[in-house]
Amino acid sequence: MPEAGPPAARPAQAAPASPWALFRAFNRLAMQGFGGVLPVAQRELVERLGWLTREQFLALLSLSQVLPGPNVINLGLIYGDRCFGWRGALAACAGMILLPLVLVVMVTMAALQFADVPAVGGALRGMGVVAAGLVLATAIRLAPGLRDSPLGRVAAIGFVAATVLAIAVLRWPLPWVVLGLGLPGIALAAWRLKPVGRP
Amino acid sequence: MTWELLLWGPAAIGAAEWWRLFAHFTALSLVAIGGAITTVSEMQRLVVAQEGWLTAAQFNNCIAIGQAAPGPNVLFVAAIGYSVGGLAGVLATMAGSLLPSAALAVGAGRFGERYRHARGVRAFTAGLAPLTIGLLLATGAVLLRPVAAEPVAWLLVAGTLWLMLRTKRNPMWAIAVGALAGILGWV
Repeated sequence: MPEAGPPAARPAQAAPASPWALFRAFNRLAMQGFGGVLPVAQRELVERLGWLTREQFLALLSLSQVLPGPNVINLGLIYGDRCFGWRGALAACAGMILLPLVLVVMVTMAALQFADVPAVGGALRGMGVVAAGLVLATAIRLAPGLRDSPLGRVAAIGFVAATVLAIAVLRWPLPWVVLGLGLPGIALAAWRLKPVGRP
Repeated sequence: MTWELLLWGPAAIGAAEWWRLFAHFTALSLVAIGGAITTVSEMQRLVVAQEGWLTAAQFNNCIAIGQAAPGPNVLFVAAIGYSVGGLAGVLATMAGSLLPSAALAVGAGRFGERYRHARGVRAFTAGLAPLTIGLLLATGAVLLRPVAAEPVAWLLVAGTLWLMLRTKRNPMWAIAVGALAGILGWV
Protein backbone atom coordinates (compact mmCIF):
# COMPACT_ATOMS: atom_id res chain seq x y z
CA MET A 1 0.00 0.00 0.00
CA PRO A 2 1.58 3.39 -0.94
CA GLU A 3 2.39 5.46 2.08
CA ALA A 4 1.59 9.13 2.47
CA GLY A 5 4.53 11.47 1.97
CA PRO A 6 5.98 13.95 -0.48
CA PRO A 7 6.56 12.08 -3.75
CA ALA A 8 10.03 13.51 -4.13
CA ALA A 9 11.21 12.13 -0.80
CA ARG A 10 10.13 8.55 -1.45
CA PRO A 11 11.52 6.36 -4.26
CA ALA A 12 8.89 4.32 -6.07
CA GLN A 13 8.65 0.94 -4.43
CA ALA A 14 7.73 -2.18 -6.27
CA ALA A 15 4.50 -3.79 -5.15
CA PRO A 16 2.47 -6.82 -6.13
CA ALA A 17 0.18 -6.07 -9.06
CA SER A 18 -2.69 -8.20 -7.81
CA PRO A 19 -3.63 -10.80 -5.20
CA TRP A 20 -2.70 -13.41 -7.79
CA ALA A 21 0.82 -11.97 -7.97
CA LEU A 22 0.96 -12.26 -4.17
CA PHE A 23 -0.17 -15.87 -4.39
CA ARG A 24 2.46 -16.74 -6.97
CA ALA A 25 5.27 -15.02 -5.09
CA PHE A 26 4.47 -16.64 -1.77
CA ASN A 27 3.96 -20.00 -3.44
CA ARG A 28 7.35 -19.68 -5.05
CA LEU A 29 9.11 -18.84 -1.84
CA ALA A 30 7.34 -21.56 0.13
CA MET A 31 8.36 -24.25 -2.34
CA GLN A 32 11.99 -23.28 -1.85
CA GLY A 33 11.68 -23.30 1.91
CA PHE A 34 12.90 -26.68 3.01
CA GLY A 35 13.19 -26.66 6.76
CA GLY A 36 11.96 -23.08 7.05
CA VAL A 37 10.55 -20.35 4.88
CA LEU A 38 11.75 -17.18 6.59
CA PRO A 39 15.23 -16.87 5.06
CA VAL A 40 13.75 -17.49 1.62
CA ALA A 41 11.01 -14.95 2.33
CA GLN A 42 13.58 -12.29 3.02
CA ARG A 43 15.57 -13.09 -0.12
CA GLU A 44 12.52 -13.04 -2.32
CA LEU A 45 10.50 -10.16 -0.88
CA VAL A 46 13.37 -7.81 -0.15
CA GLU A 47 16.14 -8.66 -2.57
CA ARG A 48 14.55 -10.21 -5.61
CA LEU A 49 11.15 -8.52 -5.79
CA GLY A 50 11.95 -5.34 -3.90
CA TRP A 51 8.46 -5.26 -2.42
CA LEU A 52 9.86 -4.49 1.02
CA THR A 53 12.94 -2.75 2.23
CA ARG A 54 15.01 -4.59 4.78
CA GLU A 55 13.72 -2.33 7.54
CA GLN A 56 10.12 -2.92 6.53
CA PHE A 57 10.69 -6.66 6.47
CA LEU A 58 12.24 -6.60 9.93
CA ALA A 59 9.40 -4.51 11.29
CA LEU A 60 6.86 -6.93 9.83
CA LEU A 61 8.78 -9.88 11.19
CA SER A 62 8.98 -8.41 14.68
CA LEU A 63 5.26 -7.86 14.72
CA SER A 64 4.66 -11.39 13.40
CA GLN A 65 6.84 -12.87 16.10
CA VAL A 66 4.98 -11.09 18.86
CA LEU A 67 1.71 -12.57 17.71
CA PRO A 68 0.77 -16.21 18.26
CA GLY A 69 0.92 -18.47 15.26
CA PRO A 70 3.54 -19.26 12.64
CA ASN A 71 5.79 -16.28 12.05
CA VAL A 72 5.98 -16.51 8.28
CA ILE A 73 2.24 -17.04 7.99
CA ASN A 74 1.55 -13.97 10.14
CA LEU A 75 4.00 -12.03 8.01
CA GLY A 76 2.25 -13.05 4.81
CA LEU A 77 -1.16 -12.29 6.28
CA ILE A 78 -0.22 -8.81 7.47
CA TYR A 79 1.62 -7.87 4.30
CA GLY A 80 -1.12 -9.32 2.10
CA ASP A 81 -3.75 -7.45 4.07
CA ARG A 82 -1.84 -4.21 3.67
CA CYS A 83 -1.68 -4.73 -0.08
CA PHE A 84 -5.20 -5.87 -0.88
CA GLY A 85 -7.16 -6.30 2.32
CA TRP A 86 -8.48 -9.71 3.25
CA ARG A 87 -8.12 -10.94 -0.32
CA GLY A 88 -4.41 -10.17 -0.18
CA ALA A 89 -4.08 -11.86 3.19
CA LEU A 90 -5.81 -14.94 1.82
CA ALA A 91 -3.74 -14.93 -1.37
CA ALA A 92 -0.43 -14.74 0.46
CA CYS A 93 -1.41 -17.38 2.97
CA ALA A 94 -2.89 -19.71 0.35
CA GLY A 95 0.21 -19.30 -1.76
CA MET A 96 2.40 -20.40 1.11
CA ILE A 97 0.22 -23.31 2.12
CA LEU A 98 -1.65 -24.88 -0.77
CA LEU A 99 1.00 -26.75 -2.71
CA PRO A 100 3.10 -27.71 0.31
CA LEU A 101 -0.10 -28.96 1.95
CA VAL A 102 -0.86 -31.27 -0.95
CA LEU A 103 2.68 -32.59 -0.75
CA VAL A 104 2.52 -33.14 2.99
CA VAL A 105 -0.77 -35.01 2.72
CA MET A 106 0.60 -37.23 -0.03
CA VAL A 107 3.77 -37.97 1.90
CA THR A 108 1.75 -38.72 5.04
CA MET A 109 -0.47 -41.04 3.04
CA ALA A 110 2.57 -42.90 1.79
CA ALA A 111 4.14 -42.97 5.25
CA LEU A 112 1.02 -44.53 6.75
CA GLN A 113 0.61 -46.98 3.91
CA PHE A 114 4.21 -48.17 3.99
CA ALA A 115 4.69 -47.88 7.73
CA ASP A 116 5.54 -51.58 7.91
CA VAL A 117 8.43 -51.31 5.52
CA PRO A 118 11.51 -51.12 7.78
CA ALA A 119 13.28 -48.61 5.56
CA VAL A 120 10.31 -46.24 5.64
CA GLY A 121 9.90 -46.47 9.40
CA GLY A 122 13.62 -46.07 9.83
CA ALA A 123 13.87 -43.05 7.55
CA LEU A 124 11.04 -41.33 9.42
CA ARG A 125 12.60 -42.11 12.77
CA GLY A 126 15.93 -40.70 11.66
CA MET A 127 14.30 -37.57 10.25
CA GLY A 128 12.35 -37.21 13.48
CA VAL A 129 15.56 -37.18 15.49
CA VAL A 130 16.99 -34.53 13.19
CA ALA A 131 13.75 -32.54 13.46
CA ALA A 132 14.16 -32.54 17.24
CA GLY A 133 17.71 -31.32 16.75
CA LEU A 134 16.48 -28.51 14.51
CA VAL A 135 14.03 -27.37 17.16
CA LEU A 136 16.78 -27.44 19.82
CA ALA A 137 19.00 -25.45 17.47
CA THR A 138 16.30 -22.79 17.16
CA ALA A 139 16.07 -22.56 20.94
CA ILE A 140 19.84 -22.24 21.29
CA ARG A 141 19.92 -19.58 18.59
CA LEU A 142 17.35 -17.54 20.47
CA ALA A 143 19.12 -17.87 23.82
CA PRO A 144 21.56 -14.98 23.41
CA GLY A 145 18.53 -12.72 23.10
CA LEU A 146 17.99 -13.25 26.81
CA ARG A 147 21.31 -11.63 27.64
CA ASP A 148 19.77 -8.17 27.69
CA SER A 149 16.38 -9.23 28.90
CA PRO A 150 14.62 -6.71 31.15
CA LEU A 151 13.92 -9.66 33.41
CA GLY A 152 17.57 -9.95 34.24
CA ARG A 153 19.65 -12.93 33.22
CA VAL A 154 18.99 -15.01 36.32
CA ALA A 155 15.23 -14.62 36.21
CA ALA A 156 15.15 -15.27 32.48
CA ILE A 157 17.10 -18.50 32.83
CA GLY A 158 14.91 -19.41 35.76
CA PHE A 159 11.80 -19.00 33.65
CA VAL A 160 13.32 -21.13 30.90
CA ALA A 161 14.19 -23.90 33.33
CA ALA A 162 10.77 -23.76 34.97
CA THR A 163 9.09 -24.04 31.58
CA VAL A 164 11.13 -27.08 30.60
CA LEU A 165 10.38 -28.68 33.96
CA ALA A 166 6.67 -27.97 33.78
CA ILE A 167 6.19 -29.07 30.18
CA ALA A 168 8.72 -31.80 29.52
CA VAL A 169 9.00 -33.38 32.96
CA LEU A 170 5.74 -32.69 34.78
CA ARG A 171 3.69 -32.63 31.55
CA TRP A 172 1.42 -29.91 32.87
CA PRO A 173 -1.15 -28.62 30.38
CA LEU A 174 0.21 -25.78 28.32
CA PRO A 175 -2.44 -23.12 29.00
CA TRP A 176 -1.71 -23.32 32.75
CA VAL A 177 2.01 -23.06 32.17
CA VAL A 178 1.57 -20.07 29.89
CA LEU A 179 -0.57 -18.37 32.52
CA GLY A 180 1.47 -19.50 35.50
CA LEU A 181 4.84 -18.54 34.06
CA GLY A 182 3.91 -16.13 31.32
CA LEU A 183 1.89 -13.68 33.38
CA PRO A 184 4.53 -13.26 36.09
CA GLY A 185 7.13 -12.90 33.37
CA ILE A 186 5.19 -10.16 31.64
CA ALA A 187 4.47 -8.44 34.96
CA LEU A 188 8.14 -8.54 35.91
CA ALA A 189 9.18 -7.22 32.53
CA ALA A 190 6.61 -4.44 32.69
CA TRP A 191 7.87 -3.46 36.12
CA ARG A 192 11.52 -3.51 35.03
CA LEU A 193 10.72 -1.49 31.92
CA LYS A 194 9.15 1.27 33.97
CA PRO A 195 10.77 4.55 32.99
CA VAL A 196 12.99 5.87 35.76
CA GLY A 197 13.04 9.50 36.81
CA ARG A 198 10.61 10.76 34.22
CA PRO A 199 9.48 14.34 34.63
CA MET B 1 -7.53 -46.13 -1.50
CA THR B 2 -11.24 -45.55 -1.16
CA TRP B 3 -12.95 -42.21 -0.76
CA GLU B 4 -13.92 -43.09 2.79
CA LEU B 5 -10.32 -43.79 3.68
CA LEU B 6 -9.17 -40.55 2.12
CA LEU B 7 -11.83 -38.42 3.73
CA TRP B 8 -12.08 -39.86 7.22
CA GLY B 9 -8.78 -41.63 7.64
CA PRO B 10 -7.90 -45.20 8.64
CA ALA B 11 -9.71 -44.88 11.96
CA ALA B 12 -12.84 -43.43 10.31
CA ILE B 13 -13.04 -40.33 12.47
CA GLY B 14 -16.53 -39.54 13.69
CA ALA B 15 -18.18 -36.17 14.25
CA ALA B 16 -17.57 -36.04 18.00
CA GLU B 17 -13.91 -36.87 17.56
CA TRP B 18 -13.59 -34.34 14.76
CA TRP B 19 -14.86 -31.58 17.00
CA ARG B 20 -12.51 -32.61 19.79
CA LEU B 21 -9.59 -32.59 17.37
CA PHE B 22 -10.64 -29.17 16.08
CA ALA B 23 -11.14 -27.86 19.61
CA HIS B 24 -7.71 -29.04 20.81
CA PHE B 25 -5.92 -27.36 17.95
CA THR B 26 -7.98 -24.20 18.16
CA ALA B 27 -7.12 -23.88 21.85
CA LEU B 28 -3.45 -24.18 21.01
CA SER B 29 -3.54 -21.61 18.23
CA LEU B 30 -3.55 -18.52 20.40
CA VAL B 31 -0.93 -19.75 22.87
CA ALA B 32 1.46 -20.71 20.07
CA ILE B 33 3.79 -17.76 20.58
CA GLY B 34 6.70 -18.43 18.26
CA GLY B 35 4.76 -20.80 16.06
CA ALA B 36 2.94 -24.10 16.34
CA ILE B 37 6.19 -25.92 17.06
CA THR B 38 6.22 -24.47 20.59
CA THR B 39 2.99 -26.29 21.38
CA VAL B 40 4.19 -29.69 20.21
CA SER B 41 4.67 -30.98 23.75
CA GLU B 42 1.04 -30.22 24.51
CA MET B 43 -0.14 -31.60 21.17
CA GLN B 44 1.65 -34.82 21.93
CA ARG B 45 0.12 -34.98 25.37
CA LEU B 46 -3.36 -34.53 23.89
CA VAL B 47 -3.14 -36.59 20.73
CA VAL B 48 -1.08 -39.51 22.05
CA ALA B 49 -1.52 -39.69 25.81
CA GLN B 50 -4.96 -38.24 26.37
CA GLU B 51 -6.92 -39.22 23.25
CA GLY B 52 -4.83 -42.16 22.09
CA TRP B 53 -5.33 -41.24 18.44
CA LEU B 54 -1.71 -41.83 17.49
CA THR B 55 1.27 -43.64 18.91
CA ALA B 56 4.30 -41.59 19.95
CA ALA B 57 6.17 -42.93 16.92
CA GLN B 58 3.40 -41.92 14.53
CA PHE B 59 3.29 -38.47 16.11
CA ASN B 60 7.04 -38.03 15.72
CA ASN B 61 6.74 -39.10 12.09
CA CYS B 62 4.33 -36.25 11.48
CA ILE B 63 6.81 -33.74 12.88
CA ALA B 64 9.52 -35.22 10.67
CA ILE B 65 7.34 -34.93 7.57
CA GLY B 66 6.52 -31.33 8.38
CA GLN B 67 10.16 -30.40 8.76
CA ALA B 68 11.30 -32.26 5.66
CA ALA B 69 8.63 -30.92 3.34
CA PRO B 70 8.91 -27.49 1.75
CA GLY B 71 6.80 -24.68 3.06
CA PRO B 72 5.96 -23.44 6.54
CA ASN B 73 6.75 -25.93 9.29
CA VAL B 74 3.23 -25.58 10.65
CA LEU B 75 2.21 -28.15 8.04
CA PHE B 76 3.19 -30.88 10.46
CA VAL B 77 -0.27 -30.35 11.96
CA ALA B 78 -1.71 -31.37 8.61
CA ALA B 79 0.26 -34.60 8.84
CA ILE B 80 -1.18 -35.15 12.31
CA GLY B 81 -4.66 -34.34 11.05
CA TYR B 82 -4.42 -36.76 8.17
CA SER B 83 -3.03 -39.53 10.37
CA VAL B 84 -5.89 -39.10 12.82
CA GLY B 85 -8.77 -38.57 10.41
CA GLY B 86 -7.96 -38.27 6.73
CA LEU B 87 -8.77 -35.04 4.91
CA ALA B 88 -11.39 -34.23 7.51
CA GLY B 89 -8.65 -34.40 10.10
CA VAL B 90 -6.47 -32.10 8.02
CA LEU B 91 -9.28 -29.54 7.96
CA ALA B 92 -9.69 -29.82 11.73
CA THR B 93 -6.04 -29.36 12.58
CA MET B 94 -5.22 -26.73 9.96
CA ALA B 95 -8.33 -24.60 10.52
CA GLY B 96 -7.95 -24.97 14.27
CA SER B 97 -4.29 -24.03 14.23
CA LEU B 98 -4.53 -21.14 11.81
CA LEU B 99 -7.89 -19.40 11.98
CA PRO B 100 -7.65 -17.83 15.45
CA SER B 101 -4.08 -16.65 15.09
CA ALA B 102 -4.73 -15.45 11.53
CA ALA B 103 -7.67 -13.34 12.65
CA LEU B 104 -5.56 -11.86 15.42
CA ALA B 105 -2.67 -11.20 13.06
CA VAL B 106 -4.74 -9.32 10.51
CA GLY B 107 -6.37 -7.32 13.27
CA ALA B 108 -3.06 -6.49 14.89
CA GLY B 109 -1.51 -5.65 11.54
CA ARG B 110 -4.18 -3.08 10.89
CA PHE B 111 -4.12 -1.66 14.35
CA GLY B 112 -0.82 -2.16 16.01
CA GLU B 113 2.23 -1.41 13.91
CA ARG B 114 2.67 1.91 15.63
CA TYR B 115 2.26 0.36 19.07
CA ARG B 116 5.10 -2.07 18.65
CA HIS B 117 7.39 0.03 20.80
CA ALA B 118 4.85 0.69 23.52
CA ARG B 119 5.92 -0.50 26.94
CA GLY B 120 3.07 -3.00 27.17
CA VAL B 121 4.04 -4.71 23.95
CA ARG B 122 7.71 -4.78 24.90
CA ALA B 123 6.86 -6.21 28.30
CA PHE B 124 4.77 -8.84 26.54
CA THR B 125 7.58 -9.98 24.26
CA ALA B 126 10.25 -9.76 26.94
CA GLY B 127 8.09 -11.60 29.45
CA LEU B 128 7.29 -14.44 27.07
CA ALA B 129 10.70 -14.83 25.46
CA PRO B 130 12.03 -17.26 28.11
CA LEU B 131 8.79 -19.22 27.81
CA THR B 132 9.24 -19.58 24.07
CA ILE B 133 12.78 -20.84 24.48
CA GLY B 134 11.69 -23.21 27.24
CA LEU B 135 8.85 -24.54 25.09
CA LEU B 136 11.21 -25.20 22.18
CA LEU B 137 13.62 -27.04 24.48
CA ALA B 138 10.71 -29.02 25.87
CA THR B 139 9.57 -29.90 22.34
CA GLY B 140 13.02 -31.22 21.54
CA ALA B 141 13.10 -33.22 24.76
CA VAL B 142 9.65 -34.71 24.20
CA LEU B 143 10.50 -35.72 20.63
CA LEU B 144 13.77 -37.34 21.69
CA ARG B 145 12.38 -39.28 24.61
CA PRO B 146 11.69 -42.48 22.59
CA VAL B 147 15.29 -42.64 21.39
CA ALA B 148 16.99 -41.29 24.50
CA ALA B 149 18.87 -44.55 25.01
CA GLU B 150 20.39 -44.71 21.53
CA PRO B 151 23.87 -43.25 21.06
CA VAL B 152 23.41 -42.79 17.32
CA ALA B 153 20.40 -40.58 17.98
CA TRP B 154 22.53 -38.28 20.13
CA LEU B 155 25.18 -38.27 17.45
CA LEU B 156 22.55 -37.16 14.95
CA VAL B 157 21.35 -34.43 17.31
CA ALA B 158 24.91 -33.22 17.86
CA GLY B 159 25.54 -33.23 14.13
CA THR B 160 22.34 -31.32 13.48
CA LEU B 161 23.19 -28.73 16.13
CA TRP B 162 26.66 -28.31 14.67
CA LEU B 163 25.25 -27.89 11.15
CA MET B 164 22.70 -25.31 12.21
CA LEU B 165 24.76 -23.37 14.73
CA ARG B 166 28.24 -23.50 13.24
CA THR B 167 27.56 -23.54 9.50
CA LYS B 168 25.13 -21.86 7.16
CA ARG B 169 24.10 -24.99 5.37
CA ASN B 170 20.55 -25.87 4.47
CA PRO B 171 18.85 -28.08 7.09
CA MET B 172 17.98 -30.50 4.33
CA TRP B 173 21.48 -31.96 4.61
CA ALA B 174 20.85 -32.96 8.21
CA ILE B 175 17.42 -34.34 7.33
CA ALA B 176 18.92 -36.43 4.54
CA VAL B 177 21.59 -37.82 6.86
CA GLY B 178 18.90 -38.62 9.41
CA ALA B 179 16.83 -40.45 6.83
CA LEU B 180 19.87 -42.41 5.71
CA ALA B 181 20.81 -43.35 9.26
CA GLY B 182 17.26 -44.54 9.81
CA ILE B 183 17.16 -46.55 6.61
CA LEU B 184 20.39 -48.25 7.59
CA GLY B 185 18.81 -49.15 10.88
CA TRP B 186 21.23 -47.16 12.96
CA VAL B 187 18.42 -45.30 14.74
